[in-house]
Amino acid sequence: MATNLTPPLAIKPSERMAVRASQELKDKEVVFVGIGLPNLACNLARATHAPELYMIYESGTIGTLPARLPVSIGDPTLVTDSLAIVSQSDIFQCYLQGGLIEVGFLGGAQVDKFGNINTTVIGDYSNPKIRLPGSGGACEIATHSQRVLIMMRMSPKSFVEKCDFVTSPGSRMESSKPSRDLGKTRQELKLPGGGPTKAITDLGVLEMVDGEFTLTEIYEGVTVDQVRQNCGWALKVAAQLKTIPEPNSKTLDTLRNKIDPESMYL
Amino acid sequence: MRKPKISSNKLVSMKEAIQDTVKPGCALYIEGFTHLISFAAGHEIIRQEIKDLTAIRLTPDLVYDQLIEAGLVKKLVFSWAGNPGVGSLHALRRRSQKDSTSKLELEEYSHFGMVARTLAGSAGLPFWPLKNYEGTHIAESNPKIKSIVCPYTGETFATVPALHPDVAVIHVQRADTEGNAQVWGLMGTQKEVAFSAKRLIVVAEEIVDTSIIRRDPNRTLIPGILVDHVVHEPWGCHPSYAQGYYDRDNAFYVDWEEISRDPASYKNYLDAFVYGVKDRKEYIAKVGTDLIERLKAKPRRCEGVDYGY
Repeated sequence: MATNLTPPLAIKPSERMAVRASQELKDKEVVFVGIGLPNLACNLARATHAPELYMIYESGTIGTLPARLPVSIGDPTLVTDSLAIVSQSDIFQCYLQGGLIEVGFLGGAQVDKFGNINTTVIGDYSNPKIRLPGSGGACEIATHSQRVLIMMRMSPKSFVEKCDFVTSPGSRMESSKPSRDLGKTRQELKLPGGGPTKAITDLGVLEMVDGEFTLTEIYEGVTVDQVRQNCGWALKVAAQLKTIPEPNSKTLDTLRNKIDPESMYL
Repeated sequence: MRKPKISSNKLVSMKEAIQDTVKPGCALYIEGFTHLISFAAGHEIIRQEIKDLTAIRLTPDLVYDQLIEAGLVKKLVFSWAGNPGVGSLHALRRRSQKDSTSKLELEEYSHFGMVARTLAGSAGLPFWPLKNYEGTHIAESNPKIKSIVCPYTGETFATVPALHPDVAVIHVQRADTEGNAQVWGLMGTQKEVAFSAKRLIVVAEEIVDTSIIRRDPNRTLIPGILVDHVVHEPWGCHPSYAQGYYDRDNAFYVDWEEISRDPASYKNYLDAFVYGVKDRKEYIAKVGTDLIERLKAKPRRCEGVDYGY
């Protein structure tokens, strides 16, 4: 007799990232949501432990309640049912520079041990090997958010000793390119926001400890060696390394069937 | 000092509006943050082959990538150059990397920097201050980003220069024939760009009587006294969208990644959907009624407010 039971699908790295990142968000926090995995993490948090998460999208939607998965930062579903719609001038001046954003999300092509992020170019700025999109609002999210969560997959090409170009500031200015700010800390530069606190990756979680990313958590089945092989700098590892438990089936079901049913970002 | 543009009927065709305002070598700003991007204006500029443009907007989007591929852009002023939610702008990438045979001039900011430039332009100030760019390479890569010491606190702020585009194009949901324009949904930098531009084209999904505008004055984003030309262009934003009228054609943005990656298929697209049509009406006919029906917005009306006293 045929059975309707199908074996549970193996958990994908993107699912682990979305679930782990969602756990970083507290109910009623004001979060600046980015498209892609951050959007999944925020909407998963809202569907599980943080029903009143206050979501702001860069396009100017405040207290957003998307009815479908937004495909771009300006998707019309973000507008319908939100608490307010504001101009770009308001988003950057009043909400970000004004200090209202508690959590910001960022990712990029390169990140270093201080959480500096490059989304501008690979190679030389004026003659780049690869031209990337540029800052968008990333520089101001990194500058002004009270804390920043980075979501990126680990590889030696993306977790680098030094970024080719710093688009978004981390805990200390460091890069392969000289700069008047080289070596200075956020505090010395008087940056208003707290900067990156964690990097949620496909292998584990790096935490900012004394201004440097340190491996503090790994997923079940991942080894420290694996993480080290995928990191371009000599990664510090916490003495008390935590193992991240696999997400429960209810959370996974919500993520797969309600948040991203067409697997656009998973 | 600016001369208010008083005229009760500014209605012209897109062809006439572009012919009169967009000149070779001019600085052009087609506004719209994902929402309300006037592809109709971009396509008409391509058909008229107006060259050496300085193309300005936060997110160049597909519309500027098409101007670039058509060989009309000399310089791009921007803050995020990608296909939103999908991938890259390939015409731009082909003209901005190490292996490129011809290169575009790029002037790059962050979103906030671009917004601040329009704020200065709209407010009649030479620059705008912002708390930004420390600990990054952005200011060091763009000599136009400078700094100022605050006379009250002694703190240093970044500054960006005022922007005054020669021509701006702003698509709105509805306007009267004088150009009093109402917008709802995402508002981008429409207002600031309208006030900083030397010449302004308002493109509307619907042309309405002034009495409709007057019934809901809080919704008017752009006063007619700024407007040179009004164009009636329903579906003028496709594949972008107009809240309350039609949805974003996300499938097109996804497919565009493939179309634009290869110069040959890019050319085929422009030949068929830009050079191969006379105007927006023919473009929409070519896009097809099935898709148009599918993208039509489902109504979601609000109650309105009481302006009585």
